[in-house]
Amino acid sequence: MRKEGGISIWFFVGISLLVNGALILGAGLWELAHPPVNPVVLFHLHANAWWGAVLFALGILYSLKFSPKRAS
Amino acid sequence: MTRAFALVVAERLVHLSAVDVVIIAFYFALVLGIGWYLRGQSNTSEDFFMAGREMTAWIAGLSFLSANLGSLELMGWAAAAYQYGILATHWYWIGAIPAMLFLALVMMPFYYISKTHSVPGFLKLRYGEAARTLSSVSFAFMTVLMSGINMYSMALVMKVVLGWDINFSIWVSSLTVAVYVALGGLRSAIFNEVLQFILIWAGALVIPVMGLIEAGGWNNLKAQIAVRASAEYTHLWSTLGTFKDNPMGIHWTGIVFGLGFVISFGYWTTDFLVVQRVLSAKDLRSAELAPIIGAAFKMFVPFIVILPGLLALAVLPQKLVGEGAAIASGGHSYNEVLPLMLSRYCGPGLLGLGITALIAGFMSGMAGNVSAFTTVWTYDIYRALIKKNASDEHYVKMGRWTTIIGVLISVGTAYLVMQFLSIMDYVQALFSFFIAPLFGTVVLGMLWKRTSPQGGFWGLLAGTLSSIGMWFWVKFDPTALRYIAFSSDARAMAENMYRALWSWVVCVAVTVIVSLMTKPKADSELVGLVYGVTPIPRETGAPLWQRPIFWGAAVFVAFVLFNIYVW
Repeated sequence: MRKEGGISIWFFVGISLLVNGALILGAGLWELAHPPVNPVVLFHLHANAWWGAVLFALGILYSLKFSPKRAS
Repeated sequence: MTRAFALVVAERLVHLSAVDVVIIAFYFALVLGIGWYLRGQSNTSEDFFMAGREMTAWIAGLSFLSANLGSLELMGWAAAAYQYGILATHWYWIGAIPAMLFLALVMMPFYYISKTHSVPGFLKLRYGEAARTLSSVSFAFMTVLMSGINMYSMALVMKVVLGWDINFSIWVSSLTVAVYVALGGLRSAIFNEVLQFILIWAGALVIPVMGLIEAGGWNNLKAQIAVRASAEYTHLWSTLGTFKDNPMGIHWTGIVFGLGFVISFGYWTTDFLVVQRVLSAKDLRSAELAPIIGAAFKMFVPFIVILPGLLALAVLPQKLVGEGAAIASGGHSYNEVLPLMLSRYCGPGLLGLGITALIAGFMSGMAGNVSAFTTVWTYDIYRALIKKNASDEHYVKMGRWTTIIGVLISVGTAYLVMQFLSIMDYVQALFSFFIAPLFGTVVLGMLWKRTSPQGGFWGLLAGTLSSIGMWFWVKFDPTALRYIAFSSDARAMAENMYRALWSWVVCVAVTVIVSLMTKPKADSELVGLVYGVTPIPRETGAPLWQRPIFWGAAVFVAFVLFNIYVW
């Protein structure tokens, strides 16, 4: 939903996914380089790295597609 | 949740890293930022209370579902899935989908065309002031009470899971909701609910995906549950032939007629907490599509709620028990299923997102309660009974203050519950007293033009009083259960369903009898409110795939197929 000249809700969603994705991906990559002493179950699948990457990619897509600059 | 839950675990279940804390802090900053950004777009009452009636079907639909998807719902039903198996899915499928489709395709045209601001407002148009007052006062009272109880329960969860102080959780989360709803009204609540909906999925989806990988797929999961619990835990319908054959102690008639018909239809079609989101849609087509979109997503919620509970049965090394047994043994209770699964698979970052999902769930539910309470108080109590002819600006100001006062009352209720925990056992029942009869009153009013104003009011009152009466009857004489639920083997959930069914029957019977004895409204007064005298716009020129009926049918077919798959 976008008020005239306003920011779409999907832009806020995109920013949220982008920032969260970047933080989770960063944490995942850090754990790749420095494996924890007490890893979570299925640690070898590196869920935080790939899930962070998915959220980050979706975040970029939504932030660009619904960017206020693009709308104006 | 009870005090026992807080005592079960002496120390926190999970430990957050710095990145987890940043993710949670960013979430709070973003929701407040959205409220601040929208503060200038809610200057008229139509904007503040109805979000300008300009939401698309997708936004109204996601918000409609998100307002219901509270964190206690997530944690509670994950626990129920561990305890009762896949039977808990009934609350997401037959207990929601048919009612949401009925709202979309049958009831929404009347809600929308009548241009009502609320469900009590519809009762005013259809039956008059008495029915509206009865409905609005009970709704307002119950909404703030429920909001406070949820707030306290959520604070308890945060204490158990993260070790957070209860006062800190209550005040930070409630003041955040108060600020963004008071600033931006319903629009701000809806915007944040959409964001919260996405975050709930983003945070919770990892658990079933990783769990299925660990269990070796659905078929292996079923085999492991059959060994560790019972094969009955993965069947949705085949064990419901008798009360004794399933862990819930319920019969299929209770599920179909009590849950699937009365409770579900009552909640999804007349509880203003959810209906308000759909009324904000920009046109009738969007208002019809919104519940259908909500139903489509609702069908998949068991994937992030029920499946983690089932997975826990198969993969957790320890056996979870009831709260009493957990206290005695020092183990974990059912209520901790979701946090336990979260900490099992989620490392730094993902854990923060999972906790954010729980907080988002709580805040979306609370914002839903607060915005609905604000609208009903301002339109149906304050404007109707206290100050009739004030300016639009005055009512907006009243709405902003009511938001803050509503939150403060909820906080007060949370502290009251803290002192008198037994209140929680009664409030769920109290809430159910009003919902089932209200559905009878609204649906008869919409579909039968002979229903008279006196019939509507007395039916609603009789249904509510009969529900309260049945509750007291069983409370003081437990053997009465065999009359109300047809079996003394029935348990609490079954009793709720049959009580709802009977109160609906009483409401409908009294409404019909009184209506036939009294004078109905003239047809000219019922235009826009009742089937048969209301011209409903139909999209005859639109292709089939653009019509709500097409998507409603598609969702219904998927609903039937899912039920057959796990029969």
